[in-house]
Amino acid sequence: MTHFERECFISGIGQSAVGRRLGRSALDLTTESCLATIADAGLRPGDIDGICTYPGGNAQATAGYGGPPPAAVQDALRLNLNWFAGSGELPGQLGCLVSAAMAVSVGLCRHVLVYRTVTESTMQGAHGRAAVLPTGGTASGIYSWNAPFGAVSAANWVALLTSRHFHEFGTTREQLGAVAMTQRRYAQANPRAPLRQPLTQQDYLVARMISTPLCLFDCDLPVDGSTAFVISHRSFAVDRPNPPVFIDAVGTAMRGRPSWDQYHDLTSMAAAGAAEHLWERSSLSVADVDAAQLYDGFSILVLIWLEAMGFCGKGEGGSFAASGELGPNGQLPTNTAGGQLSAGRLHGLGHVFEACVQIRGQAGHRQLPRRPEVIAVTNGGGPIAGCMLLTAMAS
Amino acid sequence: MGAPIEDPLVVRAVPAHDPLADFFWSSGADGRLRILQCNACGFYIHPPSRPCPRCLTAEVAPAVVSGLGTVLACTVNIQQWVADQPPYSVAVVELAEQPGLRLMTNVVGCSPDEVRIGQTVAVTFVHRNDIYYPVFVPSGRQRQQ
Repeated sequence: MTHFERECFISGIGQSAVGRRLGRSALDLTTESCLATIADAGLRPGDIDGICTYPGGNAQATAGYGGPPPAAVQDALRLNLNWFAGSGELPGQLGCLVSAAMAVSVGLCRHVLVYRTVTESTMQGAHGRAAVLPTGGTASGIYSWNAPFGAVSAANWVALLTSRHFHEFGTTREQLGAVAMTQRRYAQANPRAPLRQPLTQQDYLVARMISTPLCLFDCDLPVDGSTAFVISHRSFAVDRPNPPVFIDAVGTAMRGRPSWDQYHDLTSMAAAGAAEHLWERSSLSVADVDAAQLYDGFSILVLIWLEAMGFCGKGEGGSFAASGELGPNGQLPTNTAGGQLSAGRLHGLGHVFEACVQIRGQAGHRQLPRRPEVIAVTNGGGPIAGCMLLTAMAS
Repeated sequence: MGAPIEDPLVVRAVPAHDPLADFFWSSGADGRLRILQCNACGFYIHPPSRPCPRCLTAEVAPAVVSGLGTVLACTVNIQQWVADQPPYSVAVVELAEQPGLRLMTNVVGCSPDEVRIGQTVAVTFVHRNDIYYPVFVPSGRQRQQ
């Protein structure tokens, strides 16, 4: 097996302002995060010879979801590139980092700028969440078989999976609430997190329902913000201004039917195949993992990823979360910046960013008591899944 | 098939025209649900695709099914994506003909809070927008899923 991901490392990380209704253009936020990450890597814009983003230009029209295409960023920074790509058809949002690592490992380029930008808060602030959903009109693509039945939101699709998890394993709302509350406590030490006020179990239990059994606090928070990285060749990993973060292994597999309702096991979905693939590629094991950043577009996805990755048994995610194991002194500190539930929907790459910050030991008041050396990062929910193991030491 | 049921949805999206799938959305005109089936091995294929994913035979055609099924997963949508929309049920129903043969749909004809996993349901149709939307009503028996 060729471990292309070990030919590279994350040399730079950067983030723009993150917040509600910032009212700034997606390109403006993106150049802010990109220039920050280039400087963080000890590079200048002229050193960048590749760009990769999720989901690329075709998603630009989708109401703040897309961010600018590679060409817009290339032009704004006046870059000359040997390779570029923008795609949403990837193993999770972190798939753009995987593609960048592939391009570096085969010698197409040496320093790839990778970014993910959202302006969903500003877009939805103007017209509300409903304005971006295909409630009426013509349903095509992924909406063909669900929008005609009013299942227009990911909240509906994930609620269906949740109902199945509750039914098969006895998972409860209180257990989902434990995920939301644990992450809120982490967010209180994250100055960038938009939601920092305390969240009690009572607050959770009386919150308004979105799609049963998911309530408001089970859903992530739309924000504006941009996260960026530089993926560089490993020969560059000496004498850098910041500690390098290495990629031990990626999990990119999609095993089974790529569909919200047709995947054979509704309680795991694509996470199962991606996690399986990750462990096939890694020489590390579950016991080596010090912390996790697990995708939490919805609280239930944290449980699904815990189980898929093998951090607990199948069906035991709820009790694992409720027993405090995800907190700073638990077995597996998870979503240590507050996750998307409290720190905002930076759509996957926020999880990668926090993993790098923790591995570097730069997390300030929320730095874990023992600086993690191995962090599992997972992205996606339902039929979308990708994951990676990030490490302080080269594999 | 019972009497026409009241549609709980304020609006319904119209599925885009698709030569492989149009039969599904017009099937209810005679009150019957049809699913694409392989002529060679009998496998039901949903969403419709060709050839048969099991035996790769290209001969596939819509076939009438019983319209009976079991609720595999369910939710009550509360958030009003559309103004004045009351809560409604969204469910994944597994059809009786084949394990894993699933439709996303609505369970109607009862309070959305009463829909349960394992409940047996029967198809009926909402005729709107020149489309026969297959939805399901409770049919009584409970079955272990």
